[in-house]
Formats: sequence, C-alpha cells, structure tokens
Amino acid sequence: MSLRQPPIDHAAKQTDFGGWEMPVEFDSIRTEHSAVRESVGKFDISHMGEITVSGPDATRLTQRLTTNDVAALDPGEAQYAAITDESGTMLDDTVVYRLPAGDDEDFLFVPNAGHDERMTERWRAHRDQWGLEATVTNRTGEYAMVAVQGPDAPELLGDRTTVDLGELDRFELAAGTVAGVDAFVARTGYTGEAGFEVLCAWSDAATVWAALPCQPCGLGARDTLRLEMGFLLSGQDFDPETNPRNPYEARIGFAVKLDTEFVGRDTLEGVDVEGPAEKLVGIVLRERGVPRHGYPVETPDSETIGEVTSGTMSPTLGEPIALAYLPAAYAGSDRSVRVRIRGEPKNARITTPPFLP
Amino acid sequence: MSFDVPDDCRYLDSHEWARQRNGTVRVGITGFAGEELGDVVFVELPQEGDTVQQAEDFGVIESIKAVSDLYAPVSGTVTATNDELIDAPELVNEDPFGDGWMIEIEPASENELDGLLSPAEYRDQIE
Repeated sequence: MSLRQPPIDHAAKQTDFGGWEMPVEFDSIRTEHSAVRESVGKFDISHMGEITVSGPDATRLTQRLTTNDVAALDPGEAQYAAITDESGTMLDDTVVYRLPAGDDEDFLFVPNAGHDERMTERWRAHRDQWGLEATVTNRTGEYAMVAVQGPDAPELLGDRTTVDLGELDRFELAAGTVAGVDAFVARTGYTGEAGFEVLCAWSDAATVWAALPCQPCGLGARDTLRLEMGFLLSGQDFDPETNPRNPYEARIGFAVKLDTEFVGRDTLEGVDVEGPAEKLVGIVLRERGVPRHGYPVETPDSETIGEVTSGTMSPTLGEPIALAYLPAAYAGSDRSVRVRIRGEPKNARITTPPFLP
Repeated sequence: MSFDVPDDCRYLDSHEWARQRNGTVRVGITGFAGEELGDVVFVELPQEGDTVQQAEDFGVIESIKAVSDLYAPVSGTVTATNDELIDAPELVNEDPFGDGWMIEIEPASENELDGLLSPAEYRDQIE
C-alpha cells in the first residue's frame, strides 16, 4: 500500500496518518502551536475527506446518518455531528456543510482521514436500503483543504479573499475566491482559535497555500492545539473497533438531536435518560511526565479505572494534560487520580475540558 | 540540514555522545537526536551514585511527540546529573553538546570509549 500524498510539496518531517503522508512538523511543535495561539498559522488538511450529497433526498439521507439536525441547516451553514451505528457507537465525527445557494451540490461533509471510502459506501448502502434518491460522491481527491487559524487569521485571509469574513459567523461558509482561485471559505476549525477552513480544488491548493504568509503548521501542532480544547480525535479518543464510545460518553451530546430520526437514535435516547456509565474527563498531571495514549489511570488506592486516550505536554499551559474515559462519578469532580507512566504512578487531578481558561 | 558533530566526543548508534573530561565521561544526546525528537519537555535521569551499564538505558527523554530511552556509552558510577534540565529541558534542543548535557559517569574501565563511533563514523550515520 502506498501513502496518499497531499497536494502541496512540503519541506517538513512527514508522518503516516490515516493512510496519508502528511507533514508532522515544519519548525517545532512549540513554535507552530504558539503562532496559532498568538497570531496565525496555516495547515494543509487535505487528508480530511470530502463527500458531497445532492438530490431530492439529500437532506433526509444525511439526517438519518448523522446525529445533529441536518434539516435545520440553511444554505451556507454547517454543523458538527457524530456518525453512529445502531448501538449508538461513533464510527466517526464530521462537519456537515450545507453548501451556499446556487451550488450544484446540496451538502458536503468531512469525514476523518482514511474514512472517506467507508463513509461513501455507508451513505450509498443506506440510500439504496431506504429507497432514497440522492447522489453521493467521494470528492476527497478533488478537494483540498487549508486551515488558517489564530487571532490574526481574519485579517490575513480577509486581504486575500472576496468573501466578506465579517459577515461569516462561526459554522458558516460562503463561496468566493482565495488568492484568485474559486473556494469555499468556512468559519470552522480544530484549534479553539478564530479561523477558517478553505476548500478549493486539489490543483489550486499550492496557490492558496503560497498566498498565505504565515507559520506553516503540521499535524503535531494540530494535535496539541485540539487537545488543549478537549476536541476529539477520531480513531484515538473513540474508535468503533478499539475504543467503542457513544457521543454522551465522549461529551458531544450537544451534537445529538434526539428529536430527529437517525441510526442509533433509540439506543442513545436510553443512554441520555440513564446517563453514560463512563465519561470523558480531562486530567492534569501534578508531577513531571507526559501522559500518553494507553497509559493506565488509577485511583489513589491503585485500582485501575481507565486509560489515557490522548495526552501531551500542553505548550500553552506548560502542564501535562490528558483525556480519559472514567466512571461517570469522576466527571465534573476534582478528585485525585494517578496516571501510571512507565510503571510509576504520577499524581493527577480531574478537570473538565477545555484545559485552556 | 547539517548537524554539529564535535570532534572531541564519541558516539552511540542511538545518538548519545560521550566526552572525556577530568577522569569522568560526560553524556548527552546529539543535535541530530534533538532535532528528530522535537521540543524536549522532560528528562528523567538517574541519581548520583547509581551505577549504569554500557548500552543499557540510564534514563528517559520525552518530547511533545515522542518518548525515548537514553543509553549509557560506558559502564560506571554516576557522579553528577544536570539539574538544570529539570526546569529547562529545552536546553537539550538549544545546546545539546553544552548546557544540555545529562550525566557524568566515572567509568568502571578505561577503554570502553574506544569501541564507540568516531565523529566521522557518526557523521556518516546521520547523513
């Protein structure tokens, strides 16, 4: 198997991520991270999938396969959602964009790296099973995506696009040009900062990238930035095979609309009534060390109660932070726990993400 | 990118350097290793008086993205550790052959250093 290549030739250290060979680090994670927190940085996120859904039943089909309320979207609006199976287990998380009026397609949704083919198949299989009329097209190879994130992103991008960014609220998108090429500009992101994601043709990605004079950032900084906000990483903080979780456990109940009809809804209604047995919590280490994926989390009496799904040294806080699923009683508490790092229990406290104030 | 490989050190395949000074051997990791690891955030070192064995791990280094064992270039007794690294682990990136040093070892035997990579051999390895 060969790795899929992004549209831009990056002079950076590369890593295999979801079947893609992507830049992990251009300068240093710390440098890239603080550029985004303090000014602005850009990310090539062309490894994210793009699937369009159009036709008379496009809304109905997408409504029934995602947990949020697709029917509530006006043209030019977007929403975060989970994609669940019958048991309410999250297969992926996604942003569903209702494309601006006048576009040939109705919806574009963005599954995570390496999930585009599976999700295209899922949409088509359910369309056929339910006898719906919709065209589902995997455009992952046609669309590139460049994220521009940070407090100075509006100014930097604003000078280079025909889209009026001042008119664009969070989770809205508009069509226009960026650096002279056709693009959708969406006020979405994965960093917790102000910022935008630019969707353009694969062949125009290098033009958009080159036109944005700011710090290039790799997947390393993307991970530390999202983790400080407590944003989930598909395949790591939840995974249908290795870490099956429902949206309530994963603290994204806000993206579940039980008054809509979708696969997994009935199971999730039960979870909502009874409350999930476990919940995702934030953990801050009180000692030196870096909590990482798979490290055990214990009570002060050395009883194992969970394990770290994501962890890092927070560049902004200078503290080691982690996410873990623990028995629900721990959520919202300030109870002491321990993270076992290479056999040594390290004192830690529970917190509620985001980690940044 | 070309990396500094000082001529007064010997090297391990695993990117530690060893420099003889006043009867002890000072140990750190190379600039190449620091660049590969990225931002170093934590270094776990032995205590003074601990013994270490050549080619066995004596500590752990963590960057934001990776964790890695540190290997001893010679066997002997730890006579000093760089406490500066507790609060300033970034010295490993900033000054790998100077202020970013990690431990000093009083070697158990004289000639273990001779078996390590020469600067030229190490340069070949990282090219």
